[in-house]
Amino acid sequence: MHCDPIPVSQDALGAKGMMATSPQPVGGYHRACTLPFMVSRIAAGFPSPADDYVEKQIDLNTHLIQHREATFILRVTGWSMRDAGIFDGDEIIVDRAITPVDGKIVVAAINGDLTVKRLRRIGNAVHLVAENPEFPAIILKEGEELCIWGVVTRVLHRV
Amino acid sequence: MAIALVDANNFYVSCERVFRPDLEGRPVVVLSNNDGCVVARSAEVKALGVVMGTPWFHLQKLAKREGIIALSSNYTLYADMSNRMMGILSSFSPIQEVYSIDECFLDLRGFAQDRLSHMGQAARQKVRQWVGLPVGVGIAATKTLAKLANHVAKKMPEYAGVCVWDELPEGDQQRLLQQLPVSEVWGVGRQWTTRLQETGIQTVWDLRQADPALMRKRFSLLMERSIRELRGEPCIAMVDIPPPRQEIQSSRSFGRTVTSAEELGEAISLYTVRAAIKLRRQGSVAGALRVFIHTNPFQVHLPQYHATRTVALNHPSQDTRVFLQAGRIALVDMYRSGLAYAKAGVHLLEITSADALQADLFTSAEDEARANQLMITLDRVNARFGSGTLQPGVAGLQEPRGWAMKRGNKSPAYTTRWADLARAKLE
Repeated sequence: MHCDPIPVSQDALGAKGMMATSPQPVGGYHRACTLPFMVSRIAAGFPSPADDYVEKQIDLNTHLIQHREATFILRVTGWSMRDAGIFDGDEIIVDRAITPVDGKIVVAAINGDLTVKRLRRIGNAVHLVAENPEFPAIILKEGEELCIWGVVTRVLHRV
Repeated sequence: MAIALVDANNFYVSCERVFRPDLEGRPVVVLSNNDGCVVARSAEVKALGVVMGTPWFHLQKLAKREGIIALSSNYTLYADMSNRMMGILSSFSPIQEVYSIDECFLDLRGFAQDRLSHMGQAARQKVRQWVGLPVGVGIAATKTLAKLANHVAKKMPEYAGVCVWDELPEGDQQRLLQQLPVSEVWGVGRQWTTRLQETGIQTVWDLRQADPALMRKRFSLLMERSIRELRGEPCIAMVDIPPPRQEIQSSRSFGRTVTSAEELGEAISLYTVRAAIKLRRQGSVAGALRVFIHTNPFQVHLPQYHATRTVALNHPSQDTRVFLQAGRIALVDMYRSGLAYAKAGVHLLEITSADALQADLFTSAEDEARANQLMITLDRVNARFGSGTLQPGVAGLQEPRGWAMKRGNKSPAYTTRWADLARAKLE
């Protein structure tokens, strides 16, 4: 079974990768996952006693993604969030629909790059704090503009 | 009755900027296939007076002086961002008509008139936050007016991206329509514009004041509908499901010039294969195939050649092999040696529903069933193992094909490929 978190089926896009002009809500671009409804094949008409206990297979998409349209996966490079469990090479799931409030780990656009920091509101100032003592925090003064790209919800880390 | 037209500002450029914040505020263009012409411009580039469709090589000097960044088109990215945007907008109305990759109509009937402006702002804000794309919203009683309202929302900063036509004082409506050239009316193309100007109709207001019955006689029913729509009378309904395409085409410019009949045949075969897949996907058959080839019109010092051939089929078909044969006939007939070909394309014509097809006197039902089964199998294999896994050998077996498109500066498929994910620097 193959389920990309943000799949785009060839069917929905056409061979050239162009968008189909179908006006259906985007629900259509989920690649179908096959889900078993019955554990056993019924050969002679007697159902397996286990059939009553069958549930749908676990679907990582529904578990990891809350707002499908607003969710993006980014790859991180660097170690500034090591103590928050985000390591070099990890993939992070970022949900842009979530409001970035104090304490959230966020993706921020700083000097033209995307970076990850913990958002802290201290008094009137906004701090972007690294989770690694070797990296300094960024402190924004009043009037300075900050572009929060999205809120990090999960880390995908290969063990 | 209220209809909203929502579309993204500089859609392709905006998609690129979501993953490249460093491009914010800088002049950016996106180029067409083969990095030929400008197909999207950031506001900074528009301010420099660069028009749509300008060949990139005409812009070299300006680009250097102004630091214009040129990106190759990345349709994989744009399609995914479009799907996301349309998904978000579909939450605002149960009736949505996706009109193009970056715009859709929303049917807002049932919403209180005094909530429309608020709703427009909410849609705009949600798309901006969820996917990072700036959109403009025009709301009016008809599609044609919604288009104009959208134009006003984008061009005039005081509307903050949302214009509800019926909230404008009547005097303002008239003034705006008098300022806008008639070419801004939805559905009025270049030909009509010229003809309208000849009869003294210059502005949208002039057209609105014209006599619908008279204009129907002079132009067509479509013109009458446009005029009525400009007066606030809905004539163009929302389309829930787009009708099957009446013409399917597949064409590309080559990455380098192609001279040999073999390579040209390979390209035409590949486009034919792709067009046939689209045809079968919508459950249609085609009665004719048109093939065109041409040299590069910008290389004025080289001999020019444009040729088109249409081949009618004995019987409407959806069999790739039948189309390939027809394409072969067309190419043999129009190919001239010693020329540098830049582009080729295939159109499938006379498209009808496969269900309505009458039996062919000269093919046995058995043969036809076998052919259909073969095509179904072909499509299934390619759907499962990736497009191009199984295809006729005439479409070329070498990857990458020597003549394939140039896309020198294409951004990664950030949202659809694991290997291409956008990067966050943790430094």
